[in-house]
Amino acid sequence: MSAQPVPPQDSAAHDVAAASAPERNVVTEAPAGEVVLKITDLCVRFPSDEGPVNAVQDLTYEARLGRTLAIVGESGSGKSVSSMAVLGLHNPKRSTITGSILLDGNEIVGADESLLRRLRSNTAAMIFQDPLSALHPFYKVGSQIAEAYLAHNSVSKDIAAKRAVEMLELVGIPNPARRAKQYPHEFSGGMRQRAMIALGLVNNPKLLIADEPTTALDVTVQAQILDLVKDLQREFGSAVILITHDLGVVAEVSDDILVMYAGRAVERGLAKEVLARPQHPYTHALLQSLPSASEDSDQLQTIKGSPPSLVHLPSGCSFHPRCMVKDRVPGDPCATLLPELRVSSPGRQIRCHLTNPESVLDQEVVS
Amino acid sequence: MLIYIARRALMAVSVLLVVLVATFLLFFAGPSDPAQAMCGELRCTPQRLEDIRRSLGTDRPVAEQFTEYFKGLAVGREIYVSGAPRTCSAPCLGFSFRTGIEVKEALATRFPNTAMLALMTMAIFLTVGISTGVLAARRRGTALDRGVVGFSQVFGSIPSYILGLLFALYTTVLYPILPRYANRSDGLGPWFVGLIAPAIILGLIYATGYVRYARASMVDTLNQDYVRTARSKGISEQKVVYRHALRAALSPVVTILGLDMAGLLSGTLVTEHIFGVDGIGKFAIESLRNDDLPIIMGTVLIGCVLVVVMNLIVDIAYSFLDPRVRLS
Repeated sequence: MSAQPVPPQDSAAHDVAAASAPERNVVTEAPAGEVVLKITDLCVRFPSDEGPVNAVQDLTYEARLGRTLAIVGESGSGKSVSSMAVLGLHNPKRSTITGSILLDGNEIVGADESLLRRLRSNTAAMIFQDPLSALHPFYKVGSQIAEAYLAHNSVSKDIAAKRAVEMLELVGIPNPARRAKQYPHEFSGGMRQRAMIALGLVNNPKLLIADEPTTALDVTVQAQILDLVKDLQREFGSAVILITHDLGVVAEVSDDILVMYAGRAVERGLAKEVLARPQHPYTHALLQSLPSASEDSDQLQTIKGSPPSLVHLPSGCSFHPRCMVKDRVPGDPCATLLPELRVSSPGRQIRCHLTNPESVLDQEVVS
Repeated sequence: MLIYIARRALMAVSVLLVVLVATFLLFFAGPSDPAQAMCGELRCTPQRLEDIRRSLGTDRPVAEQFTEYFKGLAVGREIYVSGAPRTCSAPCLGFSFRTGIEVKEALATRFPNTAMLALMTMAIFLTVGISTGVLAARRRGTALDRGVVGFSQVFGSIPSYILGLLFALYTTVLYPILPRYANRSDGLGPWFVGLIAPAIILGLIYATGYVRYARASMVDTLNQDYVRTARSKGISEQKVVYRHALRAALSPVVTILGLDMAGLLSGTLVTEHIFGVDGIGKFAIESLRNDDLPIIMGTVLIGCVLVVVMNLIVDIAYSFLDPRVRLS
């Protein structure tokens, strides 16, 4: 985790991706902190008229105190669905969840409502993408934060209200006492997201899940919000899961990265290493498609094709119809055989049939 | 906030003025001739017709009648009834052509009957309609939900005069489990219980609409991000549903409620008639049969004023319900 000043947002990812790769034998930093969240073989399925939607399949990962895990993927890759499952926010009547989600030692899959209520906000809290729609338009910002505090602490309303003002101050909202008495529509976008973070942290949770916290914000405000999340994490030592499709954000704040495609994890490892030397063809293509400020190109690089339907997933590897290097795999198993998530190098896992991914991807020019 | 209310009130007043002019033109300058109706078919001589016209004041030019009428509304006026002058204090709605009773007074004695029926009806359709709608929304897609929606649609499309008649027949005539309507002069107790029967059937008919409004609105708000946020706070599901979702779901319902209450307070024509409730609606129908213009106009005017006033109340209620409205 580097505490260097944050470089301007748009070039950050590119710089990291283009930087010379760290030595491979610089072994993974010892994972710091206790495991707060351990997800094993998680599957989330929703019924639909066309058949079950396999939103998340065989997902396994963990989040540790003091570390930031970035979950990256396109829309519909299952990143939000999997993290909403952590708080038990899927309606059990309209979803089928299997596998295991251990949150601070508590099994979430199949947990009853009272356990979920105790854990929500208190052990794990969530910050949502668009703070304008995620805050209730009819209630004052301060009372919305106080409500979450009151749900888990037997204190008077006055004390909860004071706590809300403290939290607003903590997240850098000027004049917090006055702001607490205002409605969400009286806040600017950045201020609203700060208030949302204050709401997320009011019960000092061990795990904070930020679901695309900067997507609805201006670029300049994005950087401020990311800095804030990072500072607060350092102060509280909590685990952070950052859900994003923005690789620039990943480069700035994450320790670990999990890349998802069509509901499955395709690559896992240290953020720095994965961004510098991706091993999965999808991660590689994602990094290639980042617009670059230095290269002279009037066309954006894209990944051919479109994400698959989660109802009718492709056979074999879900990514094979779009994969540029599937011909390099001997025996052509990509269209028929689903690759397992396997350790490809120390601290790195990929779901790919390629035996020597780095050498292949280094030569490959994605066009 | 005050500016918002003042602006709304000003708009309401201007709408009211337009309505006054429109109703006047519709009735007094319209094709119906009350003198002809009063004169009767058989012994009506031209001389007699002319006399009646003069006594009613309908022989004078429209513009003159118009100023007289508005002067009466604003400050009161004198009206010749059967040759003798009678004072009619502001707001003057005139005297009945038929009975000579002052319209204002006739309406004032009947309004409490209509108003009590309206309030009782509202109590029924709000509690039944909203609670059932919320229940259906929370169990969306289940057999219960489909049953509720289906039943409300079928029940709601049966004409109210059929339901009213059947209900009156079965509960007050064949099996007199509910008391019949009694006048207020017979005591407030009998009067109140006498209104229960019409209030129940009217309340249930209106409830079918509210079930669907409340359900649709709740389905929408239950899917809102802020409800997910509320749930992620670890508060009870009751609070999520009632404090967060229902609060937001009610604001569109309030709009419809305002209009429905305006309608109910200006008199339910059919139900009052069926159950014999001596309210504005029944009164209006009777006067319509008699071509009793001042009364017809009085009832129409009350209806219009109620619509405007209820809209104003809805607008003000909105600003309390939704803080975002206060700024605009």
